[in-house]
Amino acid sequence: MDRQEKSRKYSERAGKNRKKLNRLSTKWNLAFSVILIFTALVTFLPLVLVIVISFSSTDSINRAGYTFFPQGWSLEGYAYLLKIGEQMVKSYRITIIYSVVGTAMGVLVMMLYAYVISQKDFWCHRQLTWFLFFTMLFGGGLVSSYIINVRYFHLKDTIWILLLPGLVGASNVIILKTFLRTSIPEALFDAAKIDGAGHFTIFFRVVMPLSKAGIATVALFNFVGKWNDWFTGMLYIENPNLVPLQTLLLKLQGSVDYLKTNSGLSGTPDGLRMLKTIPTTNLRMACTLVAILPILFAYPFFQRYFVNGMTMGSIKE
Amino acid sequence: MKRRQERTRRKIFRKQDIPLYIMAFPTVIWLICFCYLPMGGLVLAFKDYKVQKGIFGSDFVGFKNFEFLFTTTDAFIITRNTILYNVVFIALNLFLAVGLALMLSELHSRLLAKSLQTVFMMPSFLSWAVVTIIVTAFLDRNNGFVNQVIRMLGGKGMTDWYLVIEPWPFLLVFINAWKNVGFQAVVYLAVISGISSDYYEAAVLDGASRLQQARYITLPHLRFIIVINMIMAMGGIFRGDFGLFYNVTGNSGALYRVTDVLDTYIYRGLMNLGNIGMSSAAGFYQSVVGFVAILAANKVVSKIDPDSAMF
Repeated sequence: MDRQEKSRKYSERAGKNRKKLNRLSTKWNLAFSVILIFTALVTFLPLVLVIVISFSSTDSINRAGYTFFPQGWSLEGYAYLLKIGEQMVKSYRITIIYSVVGTAMGVLVMMLYAYVISQKDFWCHRQLTWFLFFTMLFGGGLVSSYIINVRYFHLKDTIWILLLPGLVGASNVIILKTFLRTSIPEALFDAAKIDGAGHFTIFFRVVMPLSKAGIATVALFNFVGKWNDWFTGMLYIENPNLVPLQTLLLKLQGSVDYLKTNSGLSGTPDGLRMLKTIPTTNLRMACTLVAILPILFAYPFFQRYFVNGMTMGSIKE
Repeated sequence: MKRRQERTRRKIFRKQDIPLYIMAFPTVIWLICFCYLPMGGLVLAFKDYKVQKGIFGSDFVGFKNFEFLFTTTDAFIITRNTILYNVVFIALNLFLAVGLALMLSELHSRLLAKSLQTVFMMPSFLSWAVVTIIVTAFLDRNNGFVNQVIRMLGGKGMTDWYLVIEPWPFLLVFINAWKNVGFQAVVYLAVISGISSDYYEAAVLDGASRLQQARYITLPHLRFIIVINMIMAMGGIFRGDFGLFYNVTGNSGALYRVTDVLDTYIYRGLMNLGNIGMSSAAGFYQSVVGFVAILAANKVVSKIDPDSAMF
């Protein structure tokens, strides 16, 4: 186990001891529990409402609106999603490509840079750090980025608009650099150098395998960020084949028509008639749920990495 | 002295460093293309943008775009909204997050604390697109939960909430807290659980009350991460959360007086109105004042507490 893991375990144990020695009185514990559980309900119930609506029958929605206790349950929302969901499948595919490929490319590029700026005896490591850090303080803003991406790089309506502008995150590189400086012993580098290893060998053979925890953190940040990104799609993408999932949700928010016009059914008269009768609200909620399901199931297992990343970002040397 | 010695010892160009240049290359190119080039593009604010001529070929018009921007009341409204909301968000979220973290750290049941923590983090994993949909489930005119409850209580319940200004300042503050506080709280909790138990043991021996322990041990340990978060937040004080102010409010024109912030204004100018001049002037204003804000925040911190400053 790496050092971080050990110190975490240790501090957890320390926390336990402290509790035995110095516990909150039962009365206060109860009060805190009640407040916290209430807060948790406020946090969680809005999502429950969306889940309930997605399983409500159209009939019930028409009569009683959105409630936590609908008069009738049904799977129509999901059934229709299966029928006219080609757009959903396309968007899912784009989002997966965006998240997986974008994250993999980004993490590699960022690790390389983090490795360079972590080299204390490289003459311009400070300058390179500032070159990166400055972009966290100052930026060109939306208008000029938009015009440059569209007019000069011609990225509009291509997959590259998803992959390129979001490739590097300055704060992620800083996290990685801090990780490299604090958790890989310098003696290891020296040993490798004495053995005649070049930087590439050290990077791929020594640094990468030892940085799994740091890489996982940054990769997860990136993955979730890209999975949840609706803005890039909203700004730059019109081609239905390239619309990411979250942007699709925004479009559905306006109207479910987007799903309908991009469905194969809209080509035939029968199909058109059927499309007219399709319920909208439970379908929209079903789409939402399908879009967030992977993250919702995965995050409880990975939350530790996110918290680590946040605390790591604030370590200073 | 020491540094100068180091520098003379270090040779500028060494053959074994060549791989480092190659490794840095992709990010350097990326930074130039997607960060520094747009920074140069800020000159657009002083130009009359013509699509055919491009950013660098268009004609200079001096401060004309800024005159347009600042003669309307828009500039005042969007600046006020952006800053005011951010100040409230920062203060309230900090207060709530620290409160939640302190309470979580004191719970007897670790299992309860762990599960609550997982629930609290949930909203930060949802995108604003999803939050927008959740909000409509409550505020929709015909079916929304709020109107349903009003109807059940005997009211008419036909209000279109996306046209009524009054509740929105509170709604935006609440929605933002709902989405962001949980994650912050869990981060603070992680810092708290890393505090060595020795401090608390010593405090107990000295007869410190629980409140005193929180005040004199826990909070000082949180200081560093709070200060960092504050600097970052102050630096972003000129940036409005676009997803919150544009999507969640349904970009409803009736609400602009209380929902329009710099980012939504710039976006609308660029995408909906085609008013690049005004939009780029607002963008320039945002970038420059935001930059000054972050430098100022860091300066203030380095005066009060040099260890916590960022640079």
